[in-house]
Amino acid sequence: MAELDTSGGGHKKGPGVKKGKKLSTRVDLTPMVDLGFLLITFFIFTTTMSQPTAMKLILPDDKVKPEEQNKAKESGALTILMGADNHIYYYEGQLKPDASNFLSASYNGENSIRDVILKKKEYVRSVAQDPTNPEKDLVIVIKPSSTCTYKNVIDILDEMSINVVKKYALVDIFDIEEQLVKKSDEAAKSSSN
Amino acid sequence: MGRAKLPRKSTTIDMTAMCDVAFLLLSFFILTTKFKPSEAIAVTTPSSVSSKVAPNKDFVLITIDKDGKVFLTIDDKQKRETIANSLNATKNLGIDVPAFKSANFIGAPLSGLKSFLAISEENRKGNLLPGIPCKDSTDNELIVWMQVVNEAYAGAKLDLLLKGDNLAKYPAFKNVLVAFKKNNIQRFQMITNPENAPAGSELYKKSMSGEKQEN
Repeated sequence: MAELDTSGGGHKKGPGVKKGKKLSTRVDLTPMVDLGFLLITFFIFTTTMSQPTAMKLILPDDKVKPEEQNKAKESGALTILMGADNHIYYYEGQLKPDASNFLSASYNGENSIRDVILKKKEYVRSVAQDPTNPEKDLVIVIKPSSTCTYKNVIDILDEMSINVVKKYALVDIFDIEEQLVKKSDEAAKSSSN
Repeated sequence: MGRAKLPRKSTTIDMTAMCDVAFLLLSFFILTTKFKPSEAIAVTTPSSVSSKVAPNKDFVLITIDKDGKVFLTIDDKQKRETIANSLNATKNLGIDVPAFKSANFIGAPLSGLKSFLAISEENRKGNLLPGIPCKDSTDNELIVWMQVVNEAYAGAKLDLLLKGDNLAKYPAFKNVLVAFKKNNIQRFQMITNPENAPAGSELYKKSMSGEKQEN
């Protein structure tokens, strides 16, 4: 009986038939490993980095009667107003009728609001009567106008924690201030054009 | 003196084992990565120096998109059911409770809630929806929503989150605050992207000296 040809398809090696060169089965795996580790690092970084954080805000109680509310000392008060197109304004103490203490600042760079806050802090500290708590009188009032963005509000609230301001409040803007912010915004717009 | 010749060793290493480990780790990380579920509402949050991680379960989230539209997300399905039932009872809306329970977010006025729930989940996209009306203190349905949420969470801890877009205008934010205040909610958290305290600032000095941030 004939034997079964298990070698498959015409590779019967006879004498004088050249053997096909045996190729090595080893593959260089280095690039594959490189790629593997690259992807691993990518996934490790993407899994841990995208954790959103939360900042806490405690709203004041509107129902507290005016006479029970905390009074702010005029010397320690700083009011920050935010307008359109990332404009920012501030005044110290009370707004003068002629608006002469209504000044403009910026979010960062020169004349930044951070410098203004720090200067105010310095001043409050220098006039403080109670040496145990020199920043007691510092109160920052944040008044966003209707044209400013949510980012502006968060940036300013963030500025409070950056500069470690203990007392600050988010307060509704008065009409007169809103008008003033609007006017200044328009003035800044036309001067930049 | 004849020194014994050391046999020259091959410099190639068998990479197979290393490759196996690498790909095992890779598949592990791919499988465990929780990709952000495709956001129905596109929002880019501002950054803050806060280092507290936002809670990621059992929260009540209010989203303000860049046009000032307001959406409500209630994470807890059980609470969703309670809220749907109480809305049906008090406002007589006749909403489909199972549909409400499976809805990931709410973004329609109370009167249009029924048709909102009829839209399939994939087609509920923030930019196409009207959002919860929250224009001013008189036309503010978020007050109603916060009221039912408050009732549903009575006695339990309410993790209230607010996620606003960079470009959202302040009045939208203010109207949400009005809705909170009307319901005596004074504490909430705002979702932000983490960033480092600017070098040289007081907070930076504090964190450098090892003091823990208080918030």
